[in-house]
Amino acid sequence: MITLPAIRWGEPYESLEVDEINHFVTGEPVARVHTVGSGIVARDAKKSPRARQALQSMSPAQLVDACKKAGELFESGTLTVGDSQQSPTDFAEQTSATTGMPVAMCKANVVKNAFVLKNIDKILDCLTRGLDLNILARGYGDEGRGVTVSYQAQTDVLGAVLPSNSPGVHTLWLPVIAMQIGLALKPGSQEPWTPYRVAAAMKEAGIPVEAISIYPGAGGDIGGSILSNYRRAMIFGGPQTIQQYAGNERVQVHGPGFSKILLGDDEADNWRQYIDLMVDSVYRNGGRSCINASSIYTPRHGKEIAAAIAERLGPIEALPPDDPKAGLAAFTTPGAAAAIWGAIERDLADSRTAHETADYGPRLVERETCAYLRPTVWHCQSTECPGANKEYMFPAVGVVDCPQERMLAEIGPTLVCTAITQNEQFRNALIAATHIDRLNLGPIPTPQVDWLQPHEGNLVEFLYRNRALQVR
Amino acid sequence: MASDGDLSAAASAARAALDAHTVETVAWHFHDSTGCPFWLEKKRELKFDPLTEIKSYDDLKKFPAFEDEWLRGGPVRRWVPKGLADKPVYVFETGGTTGIPKSRIAIDDFRTDYSNFSDTLPDKYFPKGSNWLMLGPSGPRRLRLAVEHLAQHRGGICFCIDLDPRWVIKLIKKGWMEHLEAYKKHCIDQAITILGAGHDVKCMFGTPKLIEALCLALEEKGTSLAEQGITGIFSGGTEFTPQWTRFCVEELFGGPPEKSGIYMTPTYGNTLMGLACSKPVTKEDGYKISYYAPQPRAVVEVVEFDDYDKVVEYGATGRVKLTTLTKEFFVPGFLERDEGEREKPFAKYPWDGVSGVRPFHELADATTVGVY
Repeated sequence: MITLPAIRWGEPYESLEVDEINHFVTGEPVARVHTVGSGIVARDAKKSPRARQALQSMSPAQLVDACKKAGELFESGTLTVGDSQQSPTDFAEQTSATTGMPVAMCKANVVKNAFVLKNIDKILDCLTRGLDLNILARGYGDEGRGVTVSYQAQTDVLGAVLPSNSPGVHTLWLPVIAMQIGLALKPGSQEPWTPYRVAAAMKEAGIPVEAISIYPGAGGDIGGSILSNYRRAMIFGGPQTIQQYAGNERVQVHGPGFSKILLGDDEADNWRQYIDLMVDSVYRNGGRSCINASSIYTPRHGKEIAAAIAERLGPIEALPPDDPKAGLAAFTTPGAAAAIWGAIERDLADSRTAHETADYGPRLVERETCAYLRPTVWHCQSTECPGANKEYMFPAVGVVDCPQERMLAEIGPTLVCTAITQNEQFRNALIAATHIDRLNLGPIPTPQVDWLQPHEGNLVEFLYRNRALQVR
Repeated sequence: MASDGDLSAAASAARAALDAHTVETVAWHFHDSTGCPFWLEKKRELKFDPLTEIKSYDDLKKFPAFEDEWLRGGPVRRWVPKGLADKPVYVFETGGTTGIPKSRIAIDDFRTDYSNFSDTLPDKYFPKGSNWLMLGPSGPRRLRLAVEHLAQHRGGICFCIDLDPRWVIKLIKKGWMEHLEAYKKHCIDQAITILGAGHDVKCMFGTPKLIEALCLALEEKGTSLAEQGITGIFSGGTEFTPQWTRFCVEELFGGPPEKSGIYMTPTYGNTLMGLACSKPVTKEDGYKISYYAPQPRAVVEVVEFDDYDKVVEYGATGRVKLTTLTKEFFVPGFLERDEGEREKPFAKYPWDGVSGVRPFHELADATTVGVY
C-alpha cells in the first residue's frame, strides 16, 4: 500500500486525518491519502506568489525542456510517489484499482497525458497562436509587427478541482506550469494518482517543487476553498456545477459534453459507411469521457442505424479490469449503476423510444463490490423523447430522428460535434453555431482530439489578459 | 493520578448518583402535579408505569426511542413542567432551514450548564472579569444566551454579532458560494471591529470555520488573535477535529498555549443536551478530542448501530445517544446525528466519554455541516 501525504508547495504534509482508498474488486486498501481542511488551502494561498516566482526563476525554454522531460518520466520512469517507488505499470494498476477503469485504458491514458507534456512546445505554440513565450514571461514584447503586445497573468496559481472518472482530463491543466503559473490541485477522491505522478515527474525533471500543491480532502470543503482563494480555477462537475459557475470569469467549468454526431441530408443514406466511426465515438475509453458521443442525430434511417450500432456494442461483456480486451469501466460507488439504469429505463418507457440493445442480455451487471452497465443503444423517433439528449458515464447513445433544418435548434450545448455533411450551407451554419465547442467537419470520431487545439476555452486566454502597455 | 481502584470507586459512586437522579427526574416529569403535558399524555401510551418501574438509569431503556419529530410544532407549552409553570420560559430552536424547527423550552438549564462548564475553564487563559466575543449563531438559539451568561458568570460582558445559520445553509444548498464568502466576511468584519474597539476582549466562542476565517483575516491585516488580546477560546461541533485543532494551534495561533498564549478547548453539545467538556487536547496525545457529558444532568453513550440499547466496547465505534435528565427537560435516549468511539472514564469524569465525533455515516451525505 502506498501513502500519499498532502503536498503544500512541494512540502509533504502528514495529516492526522487519513483516508484509505480500496481496490474496487477485492476491497483491499490500495492507498492511504492524507486529507486536509479548507483552512490549510486558504492559508497556503497567501503564499501563492512564491509558486510563480519559483517558476519565473526558470526561462520559458528551460521550463519547456523540463516539462518534456517530465513527460518522458511520467510515461516510462520509476518515480518516488508518496512513500513508494512507482513504475508505469504500478501507476496503471493503481489507477485501475480505484477508478474501475480497465488497466489497458489506464495505460492508454498515460500516453495521452505524456503526449501533452512531451509536446508542450507545440501545444503552447498552438494555444498562444505562435506567441513567443518570452513575451508571456516578460509581460510584454514585440511580435515582429512593430506593435507592443502585453499579456498579464491573472493569477499566480491555477486552482483545479479534479474528477475521479477519467484520467484523460488531466491534459487540460498540464500546460500551466510551462506558462509560469503554479498549481493548487484537489485530486478526485478515487483518482489521486495522476496529479501525484505528474508532480513527481516534474520534480524529477527539475521543475521547482514550490510550484505545486496537492490537497486531498472533502470535495465541497477543499473545492470551495480553492475556488474562492484563487483568481483562476478549473472545476469538473455535473450540470448543476456548470450552471453554478456559468458566467464566472474566475472559473472554467468542465462538465458533461453531450457530444454528438450529426448526419446531414446528403450523407444520411450512406450511414453504413460511418458505423465504425459511430461505434468508436460511443465506445472508446469506456464511454466515460465528455468527448464520447452520447447522441446521433439523423434525418433518416434512425432505426436501422440504432440497430446496427446495437449489433456491434450490445454483445460486449463486462470483463475483469486486467483483461486486455476489457472495454467497460466499473461503477465503484455503491448504487450508482443501478440508479443510472433506473433513469434510463424511465426514458425507455416512452412510447416513441425503442431499446435496441434489449435482445443482447441485461445491461445492468451487479458484482459483489461494483457494478457495470453494458453498452446501451436506443432509438428516439422524435427530439422530444426524454432520452434524446442524455449523457451517461458508459457507452450509451440515443439515435434521434431529426430533420437537418431542425438539428441546430434541437441539439443544445455540445462539446464535440462531428458533422458528416458536404453541404456548404449546413457547414456554415455549424461553424456559426455558438453552442458547439469543438467542431469536426467530416467523418472524424468525436473522441479523436487534436491536443494542439483549445478545449472548452483557451487556457492562455483564461490565465493571461491581453492588454495595452506603452513604453517610452 | 487516580489508581484503578480509586477510579472504579468513583465510577461506582457516579453511577449510583446517576441512578438516583434518574429516579428523581422521572418522578418529577411523570407525576401529575409536576410533569409536563407532553409526558403525562405519553404516559398513557406506555406499557409500564414510569413512577414505579424506573429504578435505575438502565431502566430508561423501557422507554421507546425519543423521536425528535415530537419537538416540531406546538403548542410549546406542552413541554413546560407544571412544577415550573410560573417561571419565565425561553424557547430555543434547532434546525429550521426548511420547515418547522425543533424547539426546546428552557428556564435555567442553559445557565446551569454553562456555570458548570465555567468551572472547567483555566482562569489563566479565561481571566475572570475579562470581556467576551460571541462569534457564533444568534437568533433563536441557545448558544448566544448561554455564552453571554458564561461571560457574565465570570464577571465579564459579552459582545455578539448577528449570524443566521439557516441562511448560511441555504447559501450552501443553492451553491451561492460567493454569497457564502461575502456573508462570512460580513461576520468576520464585525468581529474584527469589536476586537479593535478597545473593549478588553480576552475570551471568545467561535465556530471552527469562523475562528479559522478570523485568524486568516487578522493575518491579512498583519496582526493576530494574540495581538488582539485573545487568550481563551472555546469552540465545538463535529468540525472540531484533531487535524483542525492541530492546524489552528500550529499555524493559526503560533503554537501551544504556553508559547502562543492562546488556549482553546472543544465542547460538544446541542440544544437538547447541554454541554459536554473535553479532556485537555495536546499534541502528545495526537490532538485527540474526548468528550464527557455533564452527568447526571446529561448522559452520552456510544451504542451499536443495529442495537441502540447496547453500548459498544471501549474504543469501538457506534452512534452517539444522548439522554437529558433535568427538571426542565426529559429526553430518554435520543439518537444524535453523530458517531464516534467509546472512551473510558477518567478521574475528572468517572463515566464513559466519546471521541472522534463525526457525522453519522449513514446520514453524512444528507447532512450539511460546516455551516458557519
